[in-house]
Amino acid sequence: MTQPLHFHPSEGFAARARAATADPALRKGFRGAMDFLQTKRQAQFTDAAELSDLRDLGAAIRRYSLSRLPELLQQLETNLVANGIHVHWAENADEANAIVIDIARRREAKLVIKGKSMVSEEVALNHALEGAGIEALESDMGEYIVQLAGEGPSHIIMPAIHKTKQQIAELFAAKVPGVTYTENVDELILIGRNVLRQKFAEADIGLSGVNFAVAETGTLCLLENEGNGRMCTTVPKVHIAITGIEKVVEKLEHVPPLFSLLTRSATGQAVTTYLNLISSPRKPGERDGPEEVHLILLDNGRTQAYNDEQLRATLQCIRCGACMNHCPVYARIGGHAYGTTYPGPIGAIVSPHLLGIGATHALATASTLCGACAEVCPVRIPIPELLIRLRNEAQSAADSGSELRGAGESRSVLVSMIFRAWALMYTHPMLYRIATWFMSRGRALTPTAQGAWTGIRTPLVPAPKRLRDLLAERNSRHE
Amino acid sequence: MDSPIQAVRRYPSKPADVYLFATCLVDQFAPDAGLDAVRLLEREGIRVHFPQAQTCCGQPAYTSGYPDEARAVAVAQMKLFPEPWPVIVPSGSCGAMMRHHYPKLFADDPAHLPVAEELAERVFELTEFLVHVVNFQRADRGDPYTVALHTSCHARREMNAHLTGHALLAGLDQVTVVRQVREEECCGFGGTFSLKHPSISEAMVTEKVESLRATGAERVLSADCGCLFNILGRAEYLDKVAACSKPSLPGEHIASFLWRRTGGGEQ
Repeated sequence: MTQPLHFHPSEGFAARARAATADPALRKGFRGAMDFLQTKRQAQFTDAAELSDLRDLGAAIRRYSLSRLPELLQQLETNLVANGIHVHWAENADEANAIVIDIARRREAKLVIKGKSMVSEEVALNHALEGAGIEALESDMGEYIVQLAGEGPSHIIMPAIHKTKQQIAELFAAKVPGVTYTENVDELILIGRNVLRQKFAEADIGLSGVNFAVAETGTLCLLENEGNGRMCTTVPKVHIAITGIEKVVEKLEHVPPLFSLLTRSATGQAVTTYLNLISSPRKPGERDGPEEVHLILLDNGRTQAYNDEQLRATLQCIRCGACMNHCPVYARIGGHAYGTTYPGPIGAIVSPHLLGIGATHALATASTLCGACAEVCPVRIPIPELLIRLRNEAQSAADSGSELRGAGESRSVLVSMIFRAWALMYTHPMLYRIATWFMSRGRALTPTAQGAWTGIRTPLVPAPKRLRDLLAERNSRHE
Repeated sequence: MDSPIQAVRRYPSKPADVYLFATCLVDQFAPDAGLDAVRLLEREGIRVHFPQAQTCCGQPAYTSGYPDEARAVAVAQMKLFPEPWPVIVPSGSCGAMMRHHYPKLFADDPAHLPVAEELAERVFELTEFLVHVVNFQRADRGDPYTVALHTSCHARREMNAHLTGHALLAGLDQVTVVRQVREEECCGFGGTFSLKHPSISEAMVTEKVESLRATGAERVLSADCGCLFNILGRAEYLDKVAACSKPSLPGEHIASFLWRRTGGGEQ
């Protein structure tokens, strides 16, 4: 089941993380997959200087696009409409879903076949369609697997990365009619493909995401490897694309560097198998393509990030997933433990805008600020800095004047008092010296139970003499 | 390294005087590391000044959502280094806090920003200073020995101190450095992270201990006490659980190891 929209990911995060870290199969699966993806990415970027230049270029394109976001969106709309593509604006998930359902009802659609779209996961579109009596079927192999299992994706690029070959074999045998158990990967893929082929022919609507929307030409770019994206966008009579408002770039020439960064960072591929450039519905005389093409541009909290000078960098993201592939926390707990559509480091900085800071505060703290994410981010999003900012917002006092939704909601009175006391001691050297003198002289009395620290480690015990004492003794001996 | 935070640094020539900012962890829990850092510097003919009023760089509050408290503690430290001498920090993480994060912390505070920026320019992590400013060349005086180096994430990604740590060890003829798998991966300390998310921290530090043990190194070194306490505390705990009387993974600050190996304490 896709998570309902009122879901509060911070609640139960600790329990989900504990369960995940205690699951050897999950740990082994993610560790192996992340190691593999890291190696693949590394093989694509053997020239550090080239990588650095390309990341500079990617970051500059994304920053430039965001700096002109309102006008580029208008330009995009104008050019899409001129090309015959319908443009819809959705402020939130409900509006986005209502737009899809309206189109579906008008076309009397029974079946929507979907290419991979994280934005459709974000708005829980499948759930909404189901409620409206319309079947939604995922056609990306990974998405198809998690849909069969009644789960959501655990990774933004590889939705079923948490599943073993055996689990998929069991799932297919149990859920796909007429299938006998097989662990042969080629056979498994063929089973899925046969089911989907039939459905492509039957579907009334094809739904897809968008990787880049080009304002100047009114073009939707869609990258994919399985060909299902091309099928979704060409076979059914209606194609609906859905995307966040941040995906716009000004010129077609801005796409190749981002394309190159995206595929190499995500899966370590030089290019994807398919690059679809969609500029219009079927024209007279053309042999294929949909009769109608729609684009839904979703805000869903992105404007909040846009309006903040620092947090705007969040919207630079091109959804490659390299941050999660390199995150030591994600590698240990997997995607589902986060409880959000977007897991990992990018999820921790995006989700607060979608769901509020109060609902997501635990995600920003679930990082050691090690910086592995920022080191690989192809568009140079300073993720650790943004995590620190979101921590500040989560702990901000009522009178802080923060304009972010849910700021201060999760502020802890106890923790704020601890830090006030801490600051008092560490800004008054005399207090510090007295307190640490007692700690070192009374080290025999150091508690052996030091909360979570000693749950898995031996206690920290102050040294018999502090460095300042040793230096003072040394100076007096020298004199 | 292509982290945006790093720029090519110009290093000064060897000074006659430096400050030591020892960090709260070294002062209270690992004073020998601080003392050995002082000895290493003094042996190179450098006078080391230790301002007695120093406490902590402020990082715990800075990373926990309490920037006001972090600023207050940072301001108290910023006053302590009035002479234009380098400030040596035996920790990549605390050093990075002062070098890179003080200017951010005071970005909207014109009264303190110039001080923070000026100080940031002369903050050096200890191994960085020994390699690039001191040109440390002392000969190894010990027997053959194997070590593993744990490089803290901030030392690595914000200070390039993984390079200088390895460079210093490479200069010791009889010491073999064995590399652990995923050397660049975090040990799971992360300050308050280790308390807030104990199960994730446990998973991370346990794997780090395993990979360090697997190297067969006789001891693990680090230039960051936070990581070191996390790793050694976990290893010790696992030893106790396994009723293992001999420590499976002894370790210490790189300053102490360097001092001992290069003849410290012989005279």
